[in-house]
Amino acid sequence: MAFDAPEELEAFRTEVRDWLEENCPASMRTPMRDDEIVWGGRLEKFKNPDSKIWLERMGEKGWTAPEWPAEYGGGGLSKAQARVLQQELRRIKARPALFSFGLWMFGPALLEFGNDAQKKRFIPDIVKGKTRWCQGYSEPGAGSDLAGLQTKCEDKGDHWLINGQKVWTSYADQADWIFCLVRTDKTVKHDGISFLVFDMQSDGVEARPIKLISGSSPFCETFFTDVKVPKEQLVGELNAGWTIAKRLLQFERSSISAGGFGGTGGSGILPPQEYAKQHVGVDETGRVSDGDLRARITDHLMYAKAFGLTVQRSTEQAKAGQEVGHTASIMKYAAAKMNQDKCELIVEALGTDGLGWSGDGFAEDAKKATRGWLRSKGNSIEGGTSEINLNVIAKRVLGLREHQ
Amino acid sequence: MSFILTEDQQMLRDTAMAFARDELPVTHLRELRDNDANGVDADTRTKLAELGFFGVLVPEEYDGVGLGMVAMGQIMEAQGRTIAATPLLQTAVLGASTLILGGSEAQKAEWLPKIASGEVTVAVAVDEGTHHAPLNIATEAERNGQGYTLNGAKRFVTDGHHADMFIIAARTFGEAGQAHGVSLFIMPKDTNGLTVQALNTVDSHGAAHLHLEDVAVGEDAVIGAVDGGWEILEPALDRGRIALAAEALGSAQAAFDMTLDYLQTRKQFGQLIGSFQSLQHRAAKMFTELELTRSCIGAALSGIDENRNDTAELASLAKARAAELIHLVSNETVQFHGGIGMTDAHDSGLYMKRARVQEALLGGASYHRDRYAKLNGF
Repeated sequence: MAFDAPEELEAFRTEVRDWLEENCPASMRTPMRDDEIVWGGRLEKFKNPDSKIWLERMGEKGWTAPEWPAEYGGGGLSKAQARVLQQELRRIKARPALFSFGLWMFGPALLEFGNDAQKKRFIPDIVKGKTRWCQGYSEPGAGSDLAGLQTKCEDKGDHWLINGQKVWTSYADQADWIFCLVRTDKTVKHDGISFLVFDMQSDGVEARPIKLISGSSPFCETFFTDVKVPKEQLVGELNAGWTIAKRLLQFERSSISAGGFGGTGGSGILPPQEYAKQHVGVDETGRVSDGDLRARITDHLMYAKAFGLTVQRSTEQAKAGQEVGHTASIMKYAAAKMNQDKCELIVEALGTDGLGWSGDGFAEDAKKATRGWLRSKGNSIEGGTSEINLNVIAKRVLGLREHQ
Repeated sequence: MSFILTEDQQMLRDTAMAFARDELPVTHLRELRDNDANGVDADTRTKLAELGFFGVLVPEEYDGVGLGMVAMGQIMEAQGRTIAATPLLQTAVLGASTLILGGSEAQKAEWLPKIASGEVTVAVAVDEGTHHAPLNIATEAERNGQGYTLNGAKRFVTDGHHADMFIIAARTFGEAGQAHGVSLFIMPKDTNGLTVQALNTVDSHGAAHLHLEDVAVGEDAVIGAVDGGWEILEPALDRGRIALAAEALGSAQAAFDMTLDYLQTRKQFGQLIGSFQSLQHRAAKMFTELELTRSCIGAALSGIDENRNDTAELASLAKARAAELIHLVSNETVQFHGGIGMTDAHDSGLYMKRARVQEALLGGASYHRDRYAKLNGF
């Protein structure tokens, strides 16, 4: 483990500070707008031109992935240096240069399980935001029971041949490449799954967007008909994909609980107590006059505070080298509850103003909140349902046995 | 804010955990109860004094060890594990804090060394109604020539039945509900006009109602400024709330561990009951609540030591969540154990009885939710 002397860290901080001052465009230091989020890849339009410059500069330094090895284009920073970078980015309120499943999920898994050629081929483009990745996990018949997946992968000598269907593939219609779980052995369950990556522009790939209860959505159904995949695009051993799949799920759950949840509705929505004050009113001492709603909002705020403190605690414990356990499952479960409670309370506090759908009769933030509330119902389903997460806690953390 | 214990704090935690396990197991509380001791336990008091636990918050210049709230929290959590009856909350936290925060040099020099050595136990008496409402003080302290004359009553003062000295919150100005006009008075137990009515409580720890009839005290009995006691009392109560939350966390963790153990040994329908999904999910939810609440208590304890400006908010967060936690876990502990959990021979009931006292003392979840909302401006 690299040791960072305090004076070296401070020198690094000065260096970072100077570089950011020079290189972070002014508009990238303003609050993120929903329509200016950069996901990268060949279809990225960079609505705000500054966001292109910002991504290029950060990508060049490898600072979109500060702790990844420099030999693959990452920042090559130590944990302590990466913290300094985070602190300095926060200090100037810099927007994230890149949102990316490659950064959050696939990259970390590939660094652990991929071979050198694969890392050299894929990691640099993830860091620079040149390739946008999507995740081919769930299938119509394999949701919570993910290992029941059936998408067929046959060995055709010089290539793999893929046939089947995925569902809930976020941004499949926008992505360049997919990391995908496929069945390579039908006689066994978990040990018959392999982990493949391929180009979404391959012949036989089709992605159709899915409309959700909240209106439009990033999700797609993705169909594979006789898709040919080069042999070297298998990650890890044949039939050993489940281990990678599970590891990647941990990355996904951590990134979801770290704040990547769909459904808060994005920017511009106020916390529930503000809507309660406006729409329900306050008594002469300044309390929200509906005591029951006030108590439930407070309960939620306390839960949210406890959640934030727990994230902080597990970060500190990890830093101190202490056992953190399966915090990811606990936090994914708690984050879903927290976000759903918040969305429900906001809509309740808005009253009938929270029941609009479109048009001028309703304020923009209220309409966003309504859509956000509907979208939040997916929080306890996506990335492992809350029930599956409770199973994981019971079995892996508490050591309770499987029912026989 | 730090969640990682220093070496000193970790050593103290290990000592306190070992002490609770070896010297104060739940069987010890049972013996006290069955001997009608009502939570009074001279032997334990001596041992706590030998360990230096009474002086954890007391600065070194007053013969304490001055280790702070994080350290104190480890001891409270340890005694919570075995629901032990000790005078620590009242004496070492509430009493010591009130004097440290507001005492004159003479008061500190007189009382703090005695607290630190275990020579004197203290009970801070605030509440007059059945629910925690520290501003609703009607007990009157009227100015007389040499000092003050107190009339009124205090309810359910924990350790009140065996404390050597009281700190009484009384009103020198204004009316119940107002912060200005509260004053704090030191009152030794044998003061004329003070009657202590011992109470047999559900948790077997005991408590007392205090009756004050024309109790005369000198001017030097006042802690801090006359009419300005609230400035001392509120932060002292917050230290007590956080310490009590730490105690409740220990109890919840111990009850949860006991329940988990039962899930892994008890069989029905030829299966370990821990393999049933309805119980697994409830256990997993309890575990999540435990972890979330542990973070709140860690933050509140270190918040005091770091002198943060949001300690009132952190104290209400810790106490409200600890109250909800111990309520949930104690109920589920009885339910998960089934019939055996209903018997006096099993410990589940003892945890549930102590839980309700931990919840009510110094404000339950609804009190602290209200306070938290007020502090957050709604």
